[in-house]
Amino acid sequence: MTQFYTRMGDGKRVLMTKEQIINDIQAGIADAADMGGVPDLTSNDIDMLFDIISDKNRIVGVEPGNEVVLTYDIGQLDFTGDNGNSGNGVDVGRLESALLHERALGADTFELAHADYSIKPVKPVIANEMQTMEEIQNEIVIPYFYGAMPNAGLYYAPDGPYGNPADLMREFKIEEAMKAAELTADHLARDIEYVATRMVAAGADGFNFDTTASAGDADFVGTLKGVEALRKACPSTYIMVGMAGESVMGIHGSIEYRGELAAGKYPHQQVKMAQKAGANVFGPVVNTNTSKSLAWNMARSLTFVKECVKASDVACHVNMGMGVGGIPMLETAPLDALTRCNKAMVEIAKVDGI
Amino acid sequence: MGDTAGMAVPHYMASGMGGIRSGGDLVARMQFTKNMKIGPAKEYVAKKLGISALDIADEHVMRELREELKIGVITGVPGAPRGIAAKMNIERLLDIKINSCDKFREMTKK
Repeated sequence: MTQFYTRMGDGKRVLMTKEQIINDIQAGIADAADMGGVPDLTSNDIDMLFDIISDKNRIVGVEPGNEVVLTYDIGQLDFTGDNGNSGNGVDVGRLESALLHERALGADTFELAHADYSIKPVKPVIANEMQTMEEIQNEIVIPYFYGAMPNAGLYYAPDGPYGNPADLMREFKIEEAMKAAELTADHLARDIEYVATRMVAAGADGFNFDTTASAGDADFVGTLKGVEALRKACPSTYIMVGMAGESVMGIHGSIEYRGELAAGKYPHQQVKMAQKAGANVFGPVVNTNTSKSLAWNMARSLTFVKECVKASDVACHVNMGMGVGGIPMLETAPLDALTRCNKAMVEIAKVDGI
Repeated sequence: MGDTAGMAVPHYMASGMGGIRSGGDLVARMQFTKNMKIGPAKEYVAKKLGISALDIADEHVMRELREELKIGVITGVPGAPRGIAAKMNIERLLDIKINSCDKFREMTKK
């Protein structure tokens, strides 16, 4: 029986038969459809996905004409960062990094980032970030954002002023935990407005909110309130909201944005809330299960993202890094797996960008 | 995303538009400026450039066209506009405003 080289979610190479691959595709679809209450992929989609996974070539790509726009997270940290960001550890300047992405790496857009890549630590160095943005805008041609994670976790003890909901809940102080999350959401929104409006004043094309809701529903609500304030202050700025996972964790449990519960929202629901707040582009995320196959993870991601693209009125740039979008959770993601996920997201889920 | 050789490069190879190597930056601007999805954004840019949507990611078409339109090129060409100068030409081409150009005009206003 013919076997095909493919991958597991941790990147390990495995051999699978057509029947095994199709079974995993169907199981991945069923998992997403059940969790998110979204439709299954069609039989045509399944056929296309099998063809992509079983392609004999190491690298695959979309048909000419199907190209999409690429946006980025972590800015120059891909060169300068440590292995926590899969960074190269090369201490290149931020101007050089931006221009290298523009002129050597085919980037459609790029962004400036603080070494800690979070909203909160940018505040004390805002003038430094503004002058760097001004300098790079003079040289660069492609849309150039400022990027940061909302990262509400930095507002909780021991790093921030509010009690840590995880600790408080362990002590059965449920109301205090909820209050801490609400105060954090409001504080985060104020900080987003402070940082983002200043970066736009320095000439940024826009702002990329990356890994939104990493600290749960209050993180999501705080970000949406911040986005709303930024949109009001800067009506024509570019705003991209990228998520942290396929489901918003209910750390608070009942916090709402414009009367809508944030906890438990899936990509096709998250995008509606981000649009309402003022996002121009939405970045759905589906996390990879390292114990499942590439086929399972791709099918599951495509099922969530296809419905998100259908539900969205704005462009969707799906997150396709290590451990998201079906790509194996590995510091150095295998090229065969990555390009298969890329092609499938564009040609099956019909994303507008990556 | 880190690991540039494993992320930025293969994503570009698999489905990227190429930025100023072709016309991806122009399509990106329309997605963000006018809330366009990928199809309408490509159609808009193609119409403004007088080419087909397929040609926007075609290096053979776009390399010469970008230099001719003075909207920034991938290679180091002395005298070819880049940065703010190229973006001001992109503003006129796409009939949009670009924030950094607005700031530049404010700074140079008498």
